[in-house]
Amino acid sequence: MNLIKTLLAGAALATGLAGAATAQDKLKVGFIYVGPTGDFGWSYEHDQGRKAVVEAFGDKVETSYQESVPEGADAERVMTQMALSGHKLIFTTSFGYMDPTLNVAKKFPDVKFEHATGFKRADNVSTYSARFYEGRTVIGHIAGNMTKTNTIGYIASFPIPEVIRGINASYLAAKAVNPDVKMKIVWVYTWFDPGKEADAANALIGQGADIIMQHTDSPAAMTIAEEKGIYAFGQASDMKQFGPNARLSSIIDNWSPYYIARTKAVLDGTWTSTDTWDGIAPGMVGIGEFSDKVPADVQASANAIIEKLKSGEMHSFTGPINKQDGSAWLADGETADDGTLAGMNFYVEGIDGDVPN
Amino acid sequence: MDFSAISPVALIVSLMAASTPILLAALGELVVEKSGVLNLGVEGMMIIGAVCGFIAAVTTGSPWLGFVFGAICGALLSMIFAILTQYLMANQVASGLGLTMFGLGFAALLGHKYSGIKPPKFHSIDIPILTDLPIVGPLLFGHDPMVYISILMVFVVWYFLNRTRAGLVLRAVGENHDAAHALGYKVIRIRIMAIGFGGAMAGMGGAYLSLVRVPQWTEGMTAGAGWIALALVVFASWKPGRALIGAYLFGGVTVLQLNLQAAGLSISPAYLSMTPYLVTIIVLVIMSADKARASLNAPASLGKLFHATT
Repeated sequence: MNLIKTLLAGAALATGLAGAATAQDKLKVGFIYVGPTGDFGWSYEHDQGRKAVVEAFGDKVETSYQESVPEGADAERVMTQMALSGHKLIFTTSFGYMDPTLNVAKKFPDVKFEHATGFKRADNVSTYSARFYEGRTVIGHIAGNMTKTNTIGYIASFPIPEVIRGINASYLAAKAVNPDVKMKIVWVYTWFDPGKEADAANALIGQGADIIMQHTDSPAAMTIAEEKGIYAFGQASDMKQFGPNARLSSIIDNWSPYYIARTKAVLDGTWTSTDTWDGIAPGMVGIGEFSDKVPADVQASANAIIEKLKSGEMHSFTGPINKQDGSAWLADGETADDGTLAGMNFYVEGIDGDVPN
Repeated sequence: MDFSAISPVALIVSLMAASTPILLAALGELVVEKSGVLNLGVEGMMIIGAVCGFIAAVTTGSPWLGFVFGAICGALLSMIFAILTQYLMANQVASGLGLTMFGLGFAALLGHKYSGIKPPKFHSIDIPILTDLPIVGPLLFGHDPMVYISILMVFVVWYFLNRTRAGLVLRAVGENHDAAHALGYKVIRIRIMAIGFGGAMAGMGGAYLSLVRVPQWTEGMTAGAGWIALALVVFASWKPGRALIGAYLFGGVTVLQLNLQAAGLSISPAYLSMTPYLVTIIVLVIMSADKARASLNAPASLGKLFHATT
């Protein structure tokens, strides 16, 4: 179904834009999303970034987007269609678009590609991501302080470094304030399936989790947390409206400054292939306002962590940290290098279960 | 690893809630296919039911009206398909796919202002004494009314297809529309009614998703449930009872694997994630292993266009 949908949408895009191809002075910027723009999570925030580009440049740009594009071969077709229809800058906003982006980029050397959360680059392919793990450190700290059952439930999507990093960062921060804390992890193998995300939340709550974290894109888990009277954190977007009582804080992605900067670079002719990985300090990762359920002292210590992460005084991964098997990873005071973080494929000591492969 | 944390009763209760949307949609599609029509628009009708049911429930404050309105909207949407395929002789596969795309897009448009709203709570039944019984209470007397209605519908559909004259006529139309037409049955009228029923059931299943299973509206929230319902119909070899088994098996293994993961079972979650699909297919294939008998169940005119020449 998705395949046909993508094909038809791609064809519509191509024919629809063929007529406008004469307007050469406008820079065409394309965006490819893995979920619907109305997911109120990941894809929603990327589309907010697209709107910011429109607002910033007005008549100088023309943007278009494709939503719910499956990762894999379909994505390649959509990118090709976008490149063929005159887009000169294309943002591909999901990890699974990595190889398709590079394949298509090879065929269109004059089109600039920006791939989110990946690690493969080329002359016309940049990568960008946010240091979401800094946000995880903050919410992990809050969760560790507030769990009464000492059990944090974690809904994980796919076993990629980004997700594993988030689990490790949350766990380390929670354990720092609560040595007894346990993390129960459920892998749902999807970015967006509200039904399954809700089932996963129910399973975790049924087994004693009283705080839910998620690395999936819909607010389903937040809704379930609200219904069951436990706590959760907004993911990618604030999600407050889905859990007015359940939501403690949130990690908010803010892509707008980056999207504006990169579009400007193409307009100015100064675009080069780069690797951007920004955290809380430059504002790519935002921490949502704390709810009044978070005790004042925890709010204060969480704010202190945010400040230290901003100033660079603190790193989410600071030794001594052992890997899950007990072998040493970081010595006392040593911080993780970006290379290891980017390819992280192991749990830290204390987390139960294996990283799926 | 601590499996004692998994409560079998809670597991069964949640598997029933997880299975109800696909069961309702599959029952509707089963009747449609029995009449010889293949409607691949289940996903689209479900999501329209999800958004319409949600809007109605939020506006009126009554979940019941939500289910009714979800069913009506699903049926209305299916009429587009009915007109295209029954009067305009359009290809059923293409029309069904079109219906799904249209439904997904139209639902997003309708639901635009309804994200982040809480629907009125649909309460589970509570019979004094009975519901409080240990084990039996939550298993038999503690569900929400739609769960019972979905099970009742399994029986109703079975009874209609196999024990009533109208059901026999519907099956005759699905087996050989030319012969049914020659006997004087209104092939097109019967098929349109079947399509409408399928739409209503899919719409109700969708409403269950947005009102009970994940009480919220999010774009694209069916996330493939309609396609699972379609597959269930085939694997259940067009038998309502097997559709029930298939739906519960699928929902059950889904819920079970999530619980096993939470309990720390050391099997790769990749395999666990596959199990609902594998187990359901394997069981239903074994049940219909007798090829000759299974193929008897497939409506012979399924997906074929009917044009009354005389």
